[in-house]
Amino acid sequence: MENISAQITQVAPLEHYILLSAVLFSLGVLGVLLRRNVIVMFMSIELMLNACNLLLAAFSAFHSSAAGQVFVFFIMIVAAAEVAVGLAIIVMLYRNIHSIDINELSKLKW
Amino acid sequence: MIQFLFYFLSFVAVAAGLMVVTAKNPVHSVLYLIIAFFAIAGHYILLNAQFLAIVHIIVYAGAIMVLFLSVIMLLNLNNDNEPAKSNVLKLAAAVAAGLLLVTFTGALKGTESIIAAQPFDDQIGYVKALGKVLFNDFLLPFEVSALLLLSAIIGAVVLVKHDLK
Repeated sequence: MENISAQITQVAPLEHYILLSAVLFSLGVLGVLLRRNVIVMFMSIELMLNACNLLLAAFSAFHSSAAGQVFVFFIMIVAAAEVAVGLAIIVMLYRNIHSIDINELSKLKW
Repeated sequence: MIQFLFYFLSFVAVAAGLMVVTAKNPVHSVLYLIIAFFAIAGHYILLNAQFLAIVHIIVYAGAIMVLFLSVIMLLNLNNDNEPAKSNVLKLAAAVAAGLLLVTFTGALKGTESIIAAQPFDDQIGYVKALGKVLFNDFLLPFEVSALLLLSAIIGAVVLVKHDLK
């Protein structure tokens, strides 16, 4: 295990990780813009958070510092809290309007 | 071998992410997202973040995706009758996301000069080293995140409660 990680910083340069994270983040943005199902939009947000997590872990490995991995823990905590509250809001919305179509949720629109 | 693993996991993650966005059925989206999470966990292991990989699988694939699935089943949404956006909006969304990606790749310029720190500390991914950093340098954020989780629990319960007087 030790020499695997020593190798990964050699064979896969940092910009590959940045590119991978950028692609995953853009896919998340695409999902939020493209879909009308609130739950799928939520999942796209999770994808974006994971892209950031991956990038933080990559920087942590390339920097040889544990701080980046601790940040990932905090992002995971925030993601868990966000999902709990967000899904509660979705369940409540579904009770009220019997739909999770984002276009139905336009009462606050000016 | 390591390089092949990196590209394989990257391909799996990106393909699964694409399927999350394009799958018609929300349940399929959830399953593809779990595949993407496992690929990312593999990346963590390659990056010498073993504890992070385990926590990632437990928290995301174990808790968050189960929550998603249970809500989808609870609301009985496991059918693919989601009304699609108009083609113009779809095109606009794809162009916007593509432009974002182009901006990110443009910002990549200059990162080729970043090379891995030497000597490489291969102990940072283990619980011992992570715990030392977490409970020394990041003690206050740790406590605050405990409060955040508590408030999230209370908020979720209050939100879904029927008759809150």
